[in-house]
Formats: sequence, C-alpha cells, structure tokens
Amino acid sequence: MRRLLVVTFAVMAVAITARSGVLRAQAGATKPAPAIDRTVPPPFMQDGQTLEVPPPPFSDGIFPCSACHESIKPDRTRRVLTFHDDIVLKHDQDHRWCLDCHDADNRDFLHLAGGQRLPFDESYMLCGQCHGEKLRDWRVGVHGRRTGQWNGHKTYLLCVNCHNPHQPRFKPLPPKPAPKPPMRPIR
Amino acid sequence: MATEEMHESGISRREFASVAAAAAAGLLATACGNRRLYDIPKDKLRAAVAEMEKEYSAKYGKAVTVSDAGPMPGVVFAYALDISRCVGCRRCVYACVAENNQSRDPEVQWIRVLSMDKSKGIDFQDADPYYQPETVPQDGRFYVPTACQHCRNAPCTKVCPTGATWTEKDGIVVIDYDWCIGCRYCMAACPYGARHFNWGKPTLPSDQVNPDMHVLGNRPRQQGVVEKCTFCIQRSRAGRYPACVEVCPVGARKFGNLLDPNSEIRYIIENKRVLLLKQELNTMPKFFYFYGT
Repeated sequence: MRRLLVVTFAVMAVAITARSGVLRAQAGATKPAPAIDRTVPPPFMQDGQTLEVPPPPFSDGIFPCSACHESIKPDRTRRVLTFHDDIVLKHDQDHRWCLDCHDADNRDFLHLAGGQRLPFDESYMLCGQCHGEKLRDWRVGVHGRRTGQWNGHKTYLLCVNCHNPHQPRFKPLPPKPAPKPPMRPIR
Repeated sequence: MATEEMHESGISRREFASVAAAAAAGLLATACGNRRLYDIPKDKLRAAVAEMEKEYSAKYGKAVTVSDAGPMPGVVFAYALDISRCVGCRRCVYACVAENNQSRDPEVQWIRVLSMDKSKGIDFQDADPYYQPETVPQDGRFYVPTACQHCRNAPCTKVCPTGATWTEKDGIVVIDYDWCIGCRYCMAACPYGARHFNWGKPTLPSDQVNPDMHVLGNRPRQQGVVEKCTFCIQRSRAGRYPACVEVCPVGARKFGNLLDPNSEIRYIIENKRVLLLKQELNTMPKFFYFYGT
C-alpha cells in the first residue's frame, strides 16, 4: 500500500512538472509575472542536496486546475461560488477570498501579494507573507514536524500538509486512553 | 599487645588468616564474574549481545537485533518540548510503548502527560494525568508531557547501591537491567516520577515486539527491575529521531545535539522562552520546555 502511494506520488509529480513547464511557457507568452525573490533558499536545500518533501495534499483529480479553468473566463468579482462549495473559508474570510492567493490568469499557480506567480509546492512563501515568524521557525526546524535523522536526511512537511489552508486551525482530536491508576491492596 | 587482644576476643592467628584468605578469594571471584555494561570489554559485550539476540529471536519467533552501539563523539543529546503546542492527545505515550517494548499488562508507560490549569500555571500538586475528555485540548487546560529529564546532575544515579544506572558520554541516563536489584531507591530520588518499576511479570505479545533493540534500551525487561526513557537509544545512536518526535501530530517535540551550534535544540535555547521543571533542585535536566509562539 505504502509503495503504491509512493509510486502514485512520483507519477503525479512527474505529470505536474511536465504540465507546469508547458504552462509556465504559455504564461510567459501571455502576461509576464514579476520575478520572485529567491535569495533565501528553500529550507529543504542543504549543501545543494534536496531533502524529502511530500507533495501538497490536493483532493483527488483536482489538479491541474487549468484542466477545467482553461475554458472558463476569469470572473474577478467577489461572490459566493457555485462550484467548489466543499471549500469553506475560515481564514480571515472577512477580508480575503479565493483570488487573493490563487492566480486568476494561470490557475495552476498561486500568487504573492506583489503578483509574483508561485507554484503550489512553494506555498510556504505565500503563508509566510502574514505568518513571518512561523516561517522563520519552520525554516530552522522549530515549527512543524520533522521525521528521519537528527543528523542527516530529514523529511519536511509543507504548511498545507498539516494546516488546511482554507481552515488552518487544528480540529480537536480524541485523546488515547488514560493510564491506569495504581492498584491499591484490597483489605 | 595486638596478639593479646586477639586472644582475648577469641580469634586466633590461624582463624584470622583463613577468613582473610576466603574474603580475598571471594573478591577475586566477583571481579572475574559478570560486569556492569559500562566497564565490560568490547568483545565480551559483543558476545553477550549475540547471546541475547539468539534468546529473544527464539522467544518471540522473529529476527531480533540487539545493538551495542556506544555514544558518538561530540554528541550530547537534548530534548525540547513546545508546551504552547501540545494538545495532550497521548499519541507519544503509545508510540513509546510500541517502540520500547514496555509491558502491556501490568501497564508500564514511560511518558506521562499532565493536564494543568492555565490559571495556575505549572503546579504539580494540581496536575491531572488521568484526564479523559471526548476531545482535547480542553478549554482552560494545558498539557505538560513528562518523561526522564536526563539530568546532568542526576539524583537517581547517585543513590543506586549496585551501580546499575549511570550517565553515558552522550548524556543518556541508562540502566543495566541485569544489575538492577529492584530496591527502587532511584525512584524515590527522581523528582520527576520518570522511573517505573516492573511490579509484575511484564507481558509483551510476540506480534507487538519491536525487534530493533539496544542492550541499554528497549530489550525486554524482567520482573523486579526499574526502567525509563532512554531517548530511544536504539534510534538516536543510529542517527534517527526518537519515536515520540516522529509521531507528535502538532510537531511539539524537538530533539538534537546540544553541542552542534546549528541544531534545532540550540536555536530553541538561544531564541525561545525556555523553562526547566523543578529548576530549583539543580538537577540540570537536558529536557527543555519552551513556548514556541
């Protein structure tokens, strides 16, 4: 099962890379997006070696978004959506909506506040625009979970692997059973 | 004068000599016999470990490996736990039980999660380890998981009458289960309640045995010995994170090398608000609690 998942992810990753390459070329032809400042390397690059990062947790069959959106004319007016009604935004919803993070011109990308286009696997830069101190902690390994080796190869998680970006607060969860109180001698 | 006194007390020179010889022989016999794991020669340890592997493999019906890996040079382990993140779900407790082959019945758990009142702060008198609500976190409560604090100035190792517990070079406080006589002085000395005693015969179902063992860590214990957290010595000395770090759903647990200036642990100590439990006792724990927010 685990192997199957890995293979699926690998195939997905290849498909996404191939697809986004094409789309990037197309996007470049229609409207040039401002460049992203990449002077700070991603935290999962160490000594030129890429560490393991799981792919963003897309719902089944939802990506690439352009598969549907290519034939739809972007409507930039803020409204209640008739599609994607399974997504409930509870993340400063009074001030923001879909297109504040998702790119209207190229649906397979996000965008920063400055308009720079951002692939989904770098979404932490988008989160870090508001949650700067969390991004800083995450980069050094203090915020979020790491697995693997304390002195070597680590697996990082993206913000969205733990926090649903549309409802980032953690849901309460049932605790595991309490320890048994010590036994008392029966008199 | 001395001879006269001896005669008066009824011990002859011959008797004294034979008793002294017997005592010397006894001392010599002890020195040649079993030795504690900290001063055992490498080849003898390897042989003892191979014997353990054979015994456990036969007992549990699977290939068991028992490591005898020593401390890495330049490494002192330390742990940090973010109490602003912990939600008290006890996932760590059960990951620890599975990883470290604790007895299922009678129940032995190395990690104890204390639920505390936010308005009172850290107060052990008021702490509740038996909380069982529908969901956690509860309003107005925060959670402090406790386990062995791996003190630099460990009271438990000082009171052991047989020298069965000591601090390794990488800072891990370990127990030699074959030298523990079960007097439980160490449990009385530990201010954190981190040591646990096998009151009954430990039960460990074969299908739940973790076959990746260490001679000073998670090899099966016998009745009548004390056990406790070893920072997952079988994992940490192989470079891996402890089981509780990897299972924590909120990423509250951090682990690393205290001597590495680029480690997560050092970043936390240098940049976060850090506290030690019962700092006034001067036990100097290597287990740091911090506020990540």
